[in-house]
Amino acid sequence: MAKILMDGNSAIGEAAIRAGCQCYFGYPITPQNELTEYMATHLSRRKRCAFVQAESEVAAINMVYGASVAGARAMTSSSSPGISLKQEGISYLAACELPAVIVNMQRGGPGLGSISAAQSDYFQATRGGGHGDYRTIVLGPSSVQELADMTMRAFDLADKYKIPVIILGDGVLGQMKEPVEFSREAPAVLPIREGSLRGAKGRPSRIIKTFTSNPSELEEINWSLFRRYTLIKKEETTCESFMIEDARLVVVAFGIAARIAKGAIKNLRSEGLKVGLFRPVTLWPFPDEPLKEMSKTIKQYLVFEMNMGQMVEDVQLALAGRGEVAFYGRPGGVIPNPSEVARVISRLYYQKGLK
Amino acid sequence: MMKPVYIRPKSLKRTPFHYCPGCGHSVAHRLVCEVIDEMGLQELIIGIPPPGCSVFAYNYFDVDMAESAHGRGAAVATGIKRAYPESVVFTYQGDGDLAGIGTAETIHAANRGENITTIFINNAVYGMTGGQMAPTTLRGMKTTTTPYGRDHILEGHPIKMSEILSMLDGVAYIERVAVNSPANIRKAKKAIAKAFQVQLDGRGFSMVEILSPCPTNWKMTPIKSWQWIDEEMTGIFPLGVYRDVTEKTSAD
Ligand SMILES: Cc1ncc(C[n+]2csc(CCOP(=O)(O)OP(=O)(O)O)c2C)c(N)n1
Ligand code: SF4
Ligand SMILES: [Mg+2]
Repeated sequence: MAKILMDGNSAIGEAAIRAGCQCYFGYPITPQNELTEYMATHLSRRKRCAFVQAESEVAAINMVYGASVAGARAMTSSSSPGISLKQEGISYLAACELPAVIVNMQRGGPGLGSISAAQSDYFQATRGGGHGDYRTIVLGPSSVQELADMTMRAFDLADKYKIPVIILGDGVLGQMKEPVEFSREAPAVLPIREGSLRGAKGRPSRIIKTFTSNPSELEEINWSLFRRYTLIKKEETTCESFMIEDARLVVVAFGIAARIAKGAIKNLRSEGLKVGLFRPVTLWPFPDEPLKEMSKTIKQYLVFEMNMGQMVEDVQLALAGRGEVAFYGRPGGVIPNPSEVARVISRLYYQKGLK
Repeated sequence: MMKPVYIRPKSLKRTPFHYCPGCGHSVAHRLVCEVIDEMGLQELIIGIPPPGCSVFAYNYFDVDMAESAHGRGAAVATGIKRAYPESVVFTYQGDGDLAGIGTAETIHAANRGENITTIFINNAVYGMTGGQMAPTTLRGMKTTTTPYGRDHILEGHPIKMSEILSMLDGVAYIERVAVNSPANIRKAKKAIAKAFQVQLDGRGFSMVEILSPCPTNWKMTPIKSWQWIDEEMTGIFPLGVYRDVTEKTSAD
């Protein structure tokens, strides 16, 4: 298939349809409206598919819950304030072991914040986000092509592990246009998950529920969730390394920040600085083993995020003192350019006498 | 041979109800199950119970059921019905659930004309959480959060959901009934059957509001609570059909 030029939000929509997404429920919020509009145009009239512009993000996530109960591949998208509203629903999806795909095109916060790109929802996304002990798989794309690929992966992972999957993008990724290629055609027959509720025909009736008056039953449910999470960590942890073989300093960044850092690193390499990039692709599960391994040879790290320092805590946990961790962050929707990040990297590089 | 006067509906499990003696939920459950049996819906219906005294409804209804978050029943039902239009979907919701926290979901599902049925149990209190004020609590009524009686200046007025929803064009059928006498119980059953028929015919949103005794939180005997519905509740919440588009040739 030839590459086509597409904005990130629309690319998610197209990828979702090709992944067999049957239902999309959304509520307008910048910077992700192109996705809702893409689904209105391309999904709403497809055979057996459904698009609803919901009355709120709360309603949208609960519609996703309903569609997932009925066995359909279902998705919702929003940006930071709207994602906060979805958290109760995500907690229920996690508790009921229901697959769903949730896109967060992050913007600056807290509060109504700004409509510019940010990465301030990392904690919320990677710690479950709502109430209760649970996790969601969190994917951190850094290009339009990855948005497309990860959307398909998200649907597969959600079904495979019966878990909500978050695509943690940002306003830049959603809005920018890049050439993209789709690896699949839309399925001729939409997938319907086993064990869903479609009426108790020829089988005993089924219940999907979270509530119990028995704490030990709930404890076992929590344990079983965490056994699954351990398996996900083992099987699905993904990361990218760039120019780390001989690096003396490694920048750790995810999503669009990793893209900016990569530009900085390329420039610094041409000046002879031995710097590399480590990019967690799955933000949960966080790739702590590769970092631990790296710390045998590389001792200096710089975490760069478009927030006040969130993923940096996961880096510190992974390194557990085996490396020195510095942090540079710009919160609130400020988007630094590669030369700004290059200055920060080279200053640290010389300060630490790595030359 | 003796004529049976009582048989358990097939779609009602054998599990004994946990409801208080005289609670309207038990009667409403049985009525819905009788209708499910009589209309042959057991194998295609999906129910959405709420947090509330009826949170364990799935232990009684022998049909597919998925628990909703508090108030979100109409949105969950929307998702199910849109994903699988061949199903028959009903929500079962209390007044706190439908008329408080879930007002937006309810109004918008109704306004979109979602082809679903809502069984709305109005007992004028938050039963499950211990008898606090509900949006439907009557003026002057004492609850644990209106210990001096609901004062409309401070606490507002009882909300009339059947009246509000009946103004929406997506709504096909709304009736308010009560389960406080054999005659009213028979009428309630007819209304539930009609609501499901409206859904089967694809006419849009249908709801049956059931005035339902909560003797425990009303601090009354079951008999007194039946009388109280007639004497007090129906004055604020008059029984009757609030909207019915089935008489017209096409739903507008
Ligand atoms: C988000 C949220 N808030 C509060 C509650 C606690 N809660 C459970 S049921 C309920 C109200 C129940 O009242 P109603 O809907 O009238 O049902 P009833 O018990 O009277 O049948 C509340 C407030 C909850 N489960 N979830
Ligand atoms: S508290 Fe009221 S609504 Fe709840 S079970 Fe008892 S009587 Fe029924
Ligand atoms: Mg109530």
